[in-house]
Amino acid sequence: MVELNAKIPEGPMADKWTKHKFNAKLVNPANKRKHSVIVVGSGLAGASAAATMSELGYVVDCFTYSDSPRRAHSIAAQGGINAAKNYPNDGDSIHRLFYDTVKGGDFRSREANVHRLAECSNLIIDHCVAQGIPFAREYGGYLDNRSFGGAQVSRTFYARGQTGQQLLIGAYGALSKEIKKGGVKMHTRCEVIDVVVIDGQARGIISRNLVTGEMTRHVADAVVMATGGYGNVFFLSTNAMNCNATAAWRAYKKGAAFANPCYTQIHPTCIPVHGDYQSKLTLMSESLRNDGRIWVPKEKGDKRPAKQIPEDERDYYLERKYPSFGNLVPRDLASRNAKLVCDDGRGVGPTGDAVYLDFADAIERLGKDNIEAKYGNLFEMYNRITDEDPYTTPMMIYPAVHYTMGGLWVDYNLMTSLPGLYAIGECNFSDHGANRLGASALMQGLADGYFVLPNTINDYLASAKIEKVSITHEAFDEAERQAKDKLDKLLAVKGTRTVDDFHKELGLIMWENCGMARNAEGLTKALRKIPKLREEFWKNVNVPGSADDLNQALEKANRVADFMEFAELMVKDALNRSESCGGHFREESQTDEGEAMRDDEKFCYVGAWEFKGLDNEPVLHKEMLEFEEVKLTQRSYK
Amino acid sequence: MSNKINLTLKVWRQNRGEKGRFETYAANNIDTDASFLEMLDVVNEELTLKGVEPIAFEHDCREGICGCCGTLVAGKTHGSHDRTTLCQLHMRKFKDGETLAIEPFRADAFEVLKDLIVDRSGLDAIITAGGYISVKTGNAPEASTTPIKKADAEAAMDAAECIGCGACVAACPNGSAMLFTAAKVSQFALLPQGHPERTERVKNMVATMDALGFGNCSNEYECAVACPKGIDVKNIAQLNREFIKASLKKG
Repeated sequence: MVELNAKIPEGPMADKWTKHKFNAKLVNPANKRKHSVIVVGSGLAGASAAATMSELGYVVDCFTYSDSPRRAHSIAAQGGINAAKNYPNDGDSIHRLFYDTVKGGDFRSREANVHRLAECSNLIIDHCVAQGIPFAREYGGYLDNRSFGGAQVSRTFYARGQTGQQLLIGAYGALSKEIKKGGVKMHTRCEVIDVVVIDGQARGIISRNLVTGEMTRHVADAVVMATGGYGNVFFLSTNAMNCNATAAWRAYKKGAAFANPCYTQIHPTCIPVHGDYQSKLTLMSESLRNDGRIWVPKEKGDKRPAKQIPEDERDYYLERKYPSFGNLVPRDLASRNAKLVCDDGRGVGPTGDAVYLDFADAIERLGKDNIEAKYGNLFEMYNRITDEDPYTTPMMIYPAVHYTMGGLWVDYNLMTSLPGLYAIGECNFSDHGANRLGASALMQGLADGYFVLPNTINDYLASAKIEKVSITHEAFDEAERQAKDKLDKLLAVKGTRTVDDFHKELGLIMWENCGMARNAEGLTKALRKIPKLREEFWKNVNVPGSADDLNQALEKANRVADFMEFAELMVKDALNRSESCGGHFREESQTDEGEAMRDDEKFCYVGAWEFKGLDNEPVLHKEMLEFEEVKLTQRSYK
Repeated sequence: MSNKINLTLKVWRQNRGEKGRFETYAANNIDTDASFLEMLDVVNEELTLKGVEPIAFEHDCREGICGCCGTLVAGKTHGSHDRTTLCQLHMRKFKDGETLAIEPFRADAFEVLKDLIVDRSGLDAIITAGGYISVKTGNAPEASTTPIKKADAEAAMDAAECIGCGACVAACPNGSAMLFTAAKVSQFALLPQGHPERTERVKNMVATMDALGFGNCSNEYECAVACPKGIDVKNIAQLNREFIKASLKKG
C-alpha cells in the first residue's frame, strides 16, 4: 500500500534545504565505499548523479542503452539554462526564479522542491564554468545572459544553440573522470528492463545487453532512475527515437507511484508533420518568437501563398488576443491557439496543420544581417529540413510533444514511494507542476544530479536496514524469468503488423484524445481503444530476429508494449483531472473567453497512481499541495 | 515541392564476428522530403513484412546533435560533404533511379557489431583518458571570478561542437582519431580552467588513441572535410603544439 509522505522540512522556505541537509544522517567517509548505487540512465541527471556520488566515495554502476553516455537526449536542448545569478542587475533573485517557476507550472508543483531548485541554480553555473563549458561571453570576458520563454528578467545562460550538448558533455566528462578512477562502472548498450524488489526495498535491476541479448543481474543498496520522459507515447514527438518509459513503467509496476502522467508539454514552435513516413518532429528554438510574428489567413481554406495574402486579410491571432504578451505568451497558450485556428480551417501548408511564423517585419526593421546573426543556425536547420528559405517565405510551424512534467512520484529526498528507489531529472514529477518554463529542464536535471540526490541519498543509506542480498535471490530469478518470457512472447507472435505500425496507431489515439485539448468524451473513447489495440498488438505484432542478438525491432517492441500500458494510465489521469491547468487543457473547464480555468477547490493536489495489477483499476493517491509563499492566482497573459 | 523517387540500395549486411556482404534492396516511392534515415525506415518496414530481418543502423536524436548516426553512402561519411549528419540529409539530394552503396564506417578501431552499426567505444576511452577538467562537485568558485576573452571562449566553443560521430576516423585513410582528440585538447587548452592538467591530458589522450589501434595523422585533412560540425584542422596543429610542449616537460 502506497503512502505519500512528501517529507517537506519544517521552517521558513528559504531555510528548508540548508536545515534538511544538516538534519540528514551522514555516511562516514570510510563507510561510503561499502554502499553501492545503481544509476539507470546517463543523461544530464544520471551522469551528474553517478559522477558526484562516486566523488563522494559510493560504488556506482551506471547503465545506458546508448553506445556512449554522450548520446542522451539532454544533448538536444538548444536554448539555455536558467539561474538566479542576477548578473544583468535586472532584479532577479532566488525568490523570483522560485516564484516564476511555481506560477509557470500553474500552481501544481511542490513549493519546497522548487525553492531548492532555484537555490541550486547558481551552483550549477559555477560548477559548469569550472568544468570548461564554453558559455557565451560578452566582450569584457564575463558571462552573457538572455531572456527566454517570456520571463521578465534575463537569467538564461547559453552556449550558442547547443547548451544541452555542452552541459551533457560536461557531465559526461565528470562521469569519465570517475570511470577512470574506478568509482563508476559504466554499462553501455545495456537496457534496464526491470527493478528488483526484496523485502519492500529496491535492491537491484535486470539489464539486457543489446549487442548479445544477454540478461544480467545487478544488486545494490539503492537504485536511481534517471530515464527521462515518456513523450514518445505519442509516437511523434521531439524526443529522440530511443526515449522510452520502460524502466520507469516497470518501477511503477513494482510499487513506485506514478504522478500526474497527464501533464505533457506541447511545444509551439516545431516543424509541421509532412508525411506518413515521418519518424520524429524537430523543434525550432522558442527564441524565434522574440522576432517572428505568428499568423494565419482570416478566411477559412485560403490556399494562396503567404505573400499573396494582403496584410488586412491576415490574423495575427496571438497579438490580437493577448495584446500585452503577444507572440511571447507561454508555451501552452501558444500551442493551444495554433490548434484552435487550424481546427477552425484556417491552418496553412499542404496538411492545413500549420501556422506561419513570419520574419518579414523583423527583417525590415533590423535588417537581414541582424536576423541572420541571431537565428542563422535555426534558419539553416529549417531550410535543410523543409527546403524553404525563411528569409523570403514565412516559416511554417506547428506544436509538438516535447517534455513530460509527470513522472515517478518522489518525496523531498527524491525517493519514490518504493524505499531505496530514487527518480531524478525528467523522470520524476517534482518541479515543473503542470507546465515547464523554457530553460528549466537542464537546470532541474543538473540540480538533482549534482546537488540534491548526493545530499539526500545518504540519509537512506545511513538509516535504512539494508540486508546483504545476492543476485541468486529468488526475486532476481523471478524478475529475469518474467523479462525473458516477455521477449520470447513478443518474438513468438509472428503477426502481420510491424511494431512501428502499432506505435503510430497508439500515438494517433493519444494525440487526438489526450493531446493539446482534452475532453471527457475523447478520453473515454481512448480508454476503449487502447486496451483493444494492446490486445491486437500481442496477437498480431511482427518482431523478426532472435533475443540472442542485436535486435532493434525487439528493443522497440519491448518498449512499445510498455507504452501500450502506460498510455491507459495517462488517459485515466487526464480524465480524472477535470480542471484545466498548464499543459493539461480540459475543454469542459475554460473561462468565457476560452482560457484555461483551474479548479483549486478540487484539484490542488498531485495525483499519484498505484499499480494494482493489469486487470485491476489503479488507485489514486492525493498529495495535497499547500502554498505558503506564493498566492494562487488565475494566470493571465492578456 | 516533394516528389517520389525510386532507388536501388546495396546495403552491407553483417553479423558480429562473421563475414559481411552486400545485399540489394529496392527503395521505391520514397518521398524527397524524407530524411535518409526515414528512407531506411520505409525499407525496413517492407523487409520486416517480407520476413527479412531489417537493416540495423544506429540513430537517436535525428536532429544532427547526438552523434549516433553515420554510415558511408556511396563511399562518403554521412553521405555528403555539406556539413551534415546522415539524419539531416534529405532524399531531395538524390536522383530518381540512383544506386547507392550503404556501408558501415570503416576503421581498424571500429568493429562492426551488426550491419551498419560499429563499436565506437574507443572514442569514449580517449575521453576517459583525460578529456575533462577534474573538478569535483562543490569545488567551483563563483562563475564570474575569471573573465575569459570572448574570442577564446568562441574558439573553445568551435572545438567543443564535436558530436563524437566518428566520421573523421572513417574518412581518414589511416583511421586516425586526431581530429576528435584534438578538438577536446584544444577546447581545454584555450580556457584557463584547462591549464592545470594540460600536460597530462594531452599525453594520456594521445597514448590511449595510439594504444586502441587508431592510425597516425599524415595531414590528409579528409577528417575536416568529413566533419558534420566543421571542426577545423587547426585544432590538430594545436594538439601537436600541446603534445610537443608536454613531451619536453620532465616528469
